Amino acid sequence: MSTITADTRPVASASGARPAERMRRAARRWRYLTNAGAAILSVVLLVWTLAPLYNMVMVSFESEGDVFSDHLWPPKASADSFWIVLTQGYWYLEYFWHQFGNSVFIGVMVTLLVLVIGSLTTFSVGRMRIRNGWLITNAALLTYVIPASFLAIPFYLIMQHYGLQNNPWSVIAVLVTFATPYAIFIFQEYGRSIPLELDESARIDGASPVQIYFRIYLPLMAPALVAVGTYALLLAWNEYLYQFLLLSNKQSMTVPVALAQFLNSDVAPWNYMMATAIIYALPPIATYYAFRNRMSSGLTMGGVKG
Amino acid sequence: MTTLSAIEFGRPAARARSLWRYWRGGLRGSEFTWALAFLVPYIGVFFAFVVYPVFYGLWMGSEPKLYTEVFSDPIYQQTVINTLVFVAFGVNLKLFFALMLSGFFMRPGWWVKGLLMIFVLPWAVPELPSFISIHWMLNGEWGLLNNALYILFGIDGPSWLNSRWLALGAAVCSHIWRWLPFWTVILLAGRMSIPQEIYDAAKVDGATGLRRFAHVTFPLLANLYLVLTLLATIFLLGNFNTVYFITGGGPANSTHLLATLGIRDAFDLANPRLGVAVVMSALPLLIPLVIILMRRLKNTEVQL
Repeated sequence: MSTITADTRPVASASGARPAERMRRAARRWRYLTNAGAAILSVVLLVWTLAPLYNMVMVSFESEGDVFSDHLWPPKASADSFWIVLTQGYWYLEYFWHQFGNSVFIGVMVTLLVLVIGSLTTFSVGRMRIRNGWLITNAALLTYVIPASFLAIPFYLIMQHYGLQNNPWSVIAVLVTFATPYAIFIFQEYGRSIPLELDESARIDGASPVQIYFRIYLPLMAPALVAVGTYALLLAWNEYLYQFLLLSNKQSMTVPVALAQFLNSDVAPWNYMMATAIIYALPPIATYYAFRNRMSSGLTMGGVKG
Repeated sequence: MTTLSAIEFGRPAARARSLWRYWRGGLRGSEFTWALAFLVPYIGVFFAFVVYPVFYGLWMGSEPKLYTEVFSDPIYQQTVINTLVFVAFGVNLKLFFALMLSGFFMRPGWWVKGLLMIFVLPWAVPELPSFISIHWMLNGEWGLLNNALYILFGIDGPSWLNSRWLALGAAVCSHIWRWLPFWTVILLAGRMSIPQEIYDAAKVDGATGLRRFAHVTFPLLANLYLVLTLLATIFLLGNFNTVYFITGGGPANSTHLLATLGIRDAFDLANPRLGVAVVMSALPLLIPLVIILMRRLKNTEVQL
C-alpha cells in the first residue's frame, strides 16, 4: 500500500533515496540525452544536406574575380550572373532560352505520353482483365530493372539508323520507355482500390470500353495520374546520358547538356554555370513541393513494387 | 437433393463459359478488340525501344574476341573493383542510414517535420546541377570544403579528386547525399504502416528502445529492406551520372564504373562494340539479381 501512495503522491521532499524518484530522474536524464542527441543529429543533417546547395548559391553570387579566392561568402556578392544568364549575355549561353524550351518540350511530351500509354495499358490489363495480361506486366517489370545506361550504346546506333539524330523525339522515346513501367505499377496498385463493379454496372448499362475509360477510369485515377505525371516530369528533367548522346547541336540540345559542355570547356565561368544550374533547378523544386504528398505516397508504392 | 441436382444441371454451362473465358478473359467480341487496341501503344514501345536495342546490343557484344580484349585491359580490371566497391558501400551505407533516419523522423514535433522538408531537398534538385556543384566544392584549391576546413579549423584539406580512393569515396558520398532522402521516405512509410497496437503490446511486454527495434520493428521491415537492397543494387550497377560528374573517371581513368567505362570506350575511343562488351560483362551479376528480385516481388506481397 505504502509504495503505491509513494508512487502517486508528488514527491517534493529531498529524499533522493526513494526508488520512484530515482527512476523519474533517470528517465528525465535519458530524455535530456536523447533530445541532445536529436539536436546534434539535426545540425549534422542540416549541414550535410545544405552544403552542396549552399555552394551552388554562393558561387552563383560571386563576381568575376571572386571564384578563385578563399572565402565562405563572396566579398563582393552580386546577382549579375543571374542577369547574364537570363539575358543570354555570354557566348556559351546564347541559346539558353531555346535550350530551356527544349527541356520543357521534352518534359511535357514525356509526361503526356507516359500518362496516356500507362493508363491505357493498365485499363486493358487491370480493368478489362484481358487474357495473359500478366505478360505485359512482367515485361514492364523487366524494363524497370534494366539499367537505362546499359542500353545507351545500341540505342544511339539505332537512332542513327532511323535518322533521328538531334531530334527531341528520340529522347522522348527513351524516356517514355523507361518511365512507363513505373506508371503501369502505380496505376495497377492504385486501380485495385477502385471497385470493379463500377465498370461492370456501366458495361451492363451499355457503355463502351472507351466511354468507361474516359468517364469512369480516368476521373477516379486522378491522384495516381498526378503522382506519375510528377515523376515523369522530374525524370525527364533529371536525365542526362541520353540527351547528351542524342542531342549534340546547340539548337537541339537541352540545358543539362549545355551545362555539361560548359563544364568541359577550358574557360569555365563557374558563377554563370551555377546561376544556370539554379535557374534549371527551380521548376522541379517547385513541382516537387507542390505535389510532394501525392508523389511520396506514389513513390513508396512504386519503390517497393518494383 | 434438389440443390445437388441443380448444381449438376448447371455444370456444363459453367464449363462452356470457362472455355469462353479462357480465350477472351470474359470479354465480349468488340470489347476484346478494344482491350487489344489499348495495349498496342505499350507493346509497340516495348518492342521498338526495349527488345530491339537489347537484341542489337547482344548481337554487338557476341564476339568472344571482344572479351579477351576487355578482360586484358588494366583499366577494365580497376573498373570492376571500383564498381563492386561503389555498389557495396553505396547500397549498404545508404540503406542503413535510411533505416536509422526513418526512425529519427518518426519522432513527434514540428521541427522534425520541418527538418524532413529540408532533408528531401537533394532529391528534388536535379542531379546534374548538384553534382556539378559538389565537383567544384571538392576542388583542392578553390573548393568550399577545403576553404571551410582551412578557415574554421586551420586544416589544409587534401585534393579530394586527385587520388583514386578519395575520389571514389567522394562519389559514394555524393550518391548517398542525393538518394538518401528517397530511401528514407520509403522506409519511413514502411515504419508508419506498422500498427501502433503492436508497439503497445511490446511495451506491455517490456520491449523498449533497442530491443523494440530488434524484436519488433526490424523483423516487420526485414522483407521490405531486402527488396530495397536488391533494387538499389540493380540501380547502382548501372549508375552513370555520379562518377561521370563527380570524378569524370579520373584521375587517370582510375575511378570508372562499368557504365561510364562503356560510354568512354564506345564514344571517346569510338569503339561501340568494346563499350557494349564492357557493359555486358555486368550481366552475370545483374541477371541473378533480377531473377531473385522478380521472384521476391511475385511471391511475397510487400505491403506498405
